[in-house]
Amino acid sequence: MGQNLNRPLSPHLQIYRWSPQMAISIFHRATGFVLATAGMMTLLWWLSAIGGGGESFATFQRYVVSAGEDATGLQVAINWFFRLLALAVTYSFFQHLFSGLRHLVLDMGAGYELKTNRNWALAAFIAAIFATALVALFVASRFLGV
Amino acid sequence: MGNGTGIGKVRGLGSAKHGGQHWINQRTTAVGNLLLTVWLVISLLLMPNYDQATLAVWLAQPLVAVPMILMLVSIFWHARLGLQVLIEDYVHDDALKFASITLLNFYVVASLVFGIFTIAKLAFTGAPA
Repeated sequence: MGQNLNRPLSPHLQIYRWSPQMAISIFHRATGFVLATAGMMTLLWWLSAIGGGGESFATFQRYVVSAGEDATGLQVAINWFFRLLALAVTYSFFQHLFSGLRHLVLDMGAGYELKTNRNWALAAFIAAIFATALVALFVASRFLGV
Repeated sequence: MGNGTGIGKVRGLGSAKHGGQHWINQRTTAVGNLLLTVWLVISLLLMPNYDQATLAVWLAQPLVAVPMILMLVSIFWHARLGLQVLIEDYVHDDALKFASITLLNFYVVASLVFGIFTIAKLAFTGAPA
């Protein structure tokens, strides 16, 4: 094609200094991907487990909630994999929710002043972590007997 | 079009005039997701317990099954639009991009129909044991 391979390319993630404003943008994308894959599949698994009856719901619970008393090491490990995945999905949900709300505000043309923009980006991160912690505490006290 | 200068060709072709609709649909489904997932979270918090029997009776009600189906449509549509942008941004090879978008459509439509069917079956035929 005769292209100059050494031509300057537009800077990417590794070039920019990390700031709340740029981090929230890439986090919006990354968490959207997590929700569209692991999140949607878990949601469908949960719905179909409800529809499938007691036995299929018990299977869902064994994988995602708790492997039970007489579980083998492998089953416990798989359970922990799905627990961490559920935690990632929960965090992704709140992160995407709050940064999505921020996007809707920006779409109206508001919140572009440098300080305001930075503060709302930071607030979205804090709100997401806080909401995730609340859900984790609720689940731990309600289902895991912690 | 055809033999003109570079700028002439671009002017002749113009945009596909579809970009705006994609953008609007993404925002519309975003608001739908917001309303419907908040509904789901509040409903779950108000549940007395999370047994299969309780959840099945709850999900089979029309006023739960309908918003749940709406939520799936809104979420899966939104995800389809978002993943499309991801593919367009990161997959540069034309053939691979076409294949990825095709797979994306299959993935989203198949799983959405599966979800709707699951809820509809429960709502129409009642909760299983």
